[in-house]
Amino acid sequence: MKVLVIEDDREAAAYVVKGLSESGYVVDHAAEGRDGLFMAVSGGYDALIVDRMLPGMDGLALIASLRAAEIRTPVLILSALGAVDDRVKGLRAGGDDYLVKPFAFAELLARLEALLRRGAGGQAVTRLEVGDLEMDLLARTVRRASREVELLPREFRLLEFLMRRAGQVVTRTMLLENVWDYHFDPQTNVIDVHVSRLRQKIDKGFERPLLHTVRGAGYRLAAE
Amino acid sequence: MPRLLHTNAFRLAALYFALFATSVLALLVFIYLSTANFVETQTEATLDAESRGLAEQYQERGLAGLIEIIQDRSAAGHGDDALYLITDPMLHRLAGNLSQWPRATQIRPGWIRFPVELQRHGASAAEDALGSVFVLPGGYRLLVGRDLSDASAFRSRILQTLAWSALATLALGVAGGLFITRNMLRRVEAVNRTSARIIHGDLSQRVPLSGSGDEFDQLAANLNAMLDQIERLMLGMRQVTDNIAHDLRTPLARLRARLEVTLFEKPDAARYAEALNETIAEADRLLQTFNALLSIAEAEAGSRREAWAIVDLAEIARTVAELYEPVADEKGLALAVETDATLPVRGDRHLLSQALANLLDNALKYTPSGKVTLTARAADDIVRIEVIDTGPGVPADRREAVFDRFVRLEGSRSTPGNGLGLSLVRAVARLHAGACWLEDNAPGLRAVLTVPMVKGESVPRLAESRSAA
Repeated sequence: MKVLVIEDDREAAAYVVKGLSESGYVVDHAAEGRDGLFMAVSGGYDALIVDRMLPGMDGLALIASLRAAEIRTPVLILSALGAVDDRVKGLRAGGDDYLVKPFAFAELLARLEALLRRGAGGQAVTRLEVGDLEMDLLARTVRRASREVELLPREFRLLEFLMRRAGQVVTRTMLLENVWDYHFDPQTNVIDVHVSRLRQKIDKGFERPLLHTVRGAGYRLAAE
Repeated sequence: MPRLLHTNAFRLAALYFALFATSVLALLVFIYLSTANFVETQTEATLDAESRGLAEQYQERGLAGLIEIIQDRSAAGHGDDALYLITDPMLHRLAGNLSQWPRATQIRPGWIRFPVELQRHGASAAEDALGSVFVLPGGYRLLVGRDLSDASAFRSRILQTLAWSALATLALGVAGGLFITRNMLRRVEAVNRTSARIIHGDLSQRVPLSGSGDEFDQLAANLNAMLDQIERLMLGMRQVTDNIAHDLRTPLARLRARLEVTLFEKPDAARYAEALNETIAEADRLLQTFNALLSIAEAEAGSRREAWAIVDLAEIARTVAELYEPVADEKGLALAVETDATLPVRGDRHLLSQALANLLDNALKYTPSGKVTLTARAADDIVRIEVIDTGPGVPADRREAVFDRFVRLEGSRSTPGNGLGLSLVRAVARLHAGACWLEDNAPGLRAVLTVPMVKGESVPRLAESRSAA
């Protein structure tokens, strides 16, 4: 997987480039907006990580130019501006996800992976399967090993989000943003409690757990 | 003084003076013309009446009778300035106090002007006179006249009086204009001086009031009120900065100390990893505090209202309660939710959600056992949200203080938290033109949040949250 990081702050860029390289990505770096745009257009990247404030060309303008040129490479925006409308502006300009600085590297990695997988899929699905866990999106039912699992509506959405990203790390912030549409961090870690409840319902009484906690990052749903 | 010429006040005064002077002069000219002519018109009317009277006498009593009357009237003492002359057709004098027919200029038919020598106070003087000429049947000519010395004396006296009063008026005008201008300038100057002192850093300065309650005083009072508000804000800001400095410095110092202590120890990879992980956790807590401060500042600044919409506070309350329900459950607390069906308010869904989350978070955190109730109900035009717990409550004298930034009650220090939760709730309430306060629930605490309700508008049905896909 080839990723382009467009970031002017040298230290922040080195941090992202090093982390991604160690996670097995091929990483290129541009320190300036116009160079970044040129590389993004010609380089055949699988994903772009773009800082919002760049010399030469503003990050949002860069993304808008890419989209105008019909280049659909997934873009993750990095920004120090964290208010809800900053996020909305970033997504409107054509960004696919928005991460506020400073961030944990695990968060960046999880979001990048989510973007890369999303690019691969595409067709509408009506059934999701992870191991012996099955979800019927039309009937809105869940079964594990043919046994029906009763879920509340929010638990269903939580599980659906995890199942669509089976095998990937999903962070608490991603869950809060996507399942609840909240962009603030609650002081108590409410997400952990919700996940442990869900775990009770789908893993209790089974030998092999499906919902795993990834230390320092979040959760992963996988049949291993 | 040169400064004076460049001021608006001076220009205004000059313009005003020019207008004033023009109208005063026009008025005086009008007075002069009407009074001066009045005397001449009067004289003419008298002469006309007299000569007609004499003509009638002639018709009744004949030439001899007329001559007799003329001689009688010409006698000294009858009238100082009356002039008479009657002549035969050859202009030979028959009677009257003029020695001969004067060399006259005709001003219009029947009227002449002529010079006359008059004996006045023992001296003779040449005067101008006005006369009416009447040709009697038989060619006899009758001249009745008045010397105009009184009229011209009157005219020049009027002219003099008017000139003096014009001068006096204009002088008073100039003086008044200057006085008003300087007075205005002095007061503007007072505002300028105060502003200059404030610019140089002395925010305690205020514009002096004259006590007259006029526009200048109102302006000064408004300026002073504005300065008061700015000073209050600056004071608040300084307090916040001090608090931030204190509350961020403490964990930063701890973080730094931990790193340094680790360096003192014998190099050990496992110990290093542990220290680094602790440091990252500490940095995350710092960031959380920082983000909370930013959210409060943003809500207090009241910007970003373009993102506002009509939202259903009942639905927001139910969703937040649903988020916290497992937390309550895990702690063995009952969480009850009672809301009206819909409670439309105009506002920011994210901020309102966060405010409710903070209230619930507090209630769940500080209630060891019992029940937490969230109610959201319409009361008149207001949505009233209450979060009621059965915990230890807050002492009455601390119920306002806990809304200040970084204020935490003694005994709550061991619980995680940054002392910013309620500050944000209040900032969000105020941003939405509402309020937030604490009440005694005996036992426990009741936190009340009010937001004005939107009437007559339905809440657009929004998808509960963004699609998970």
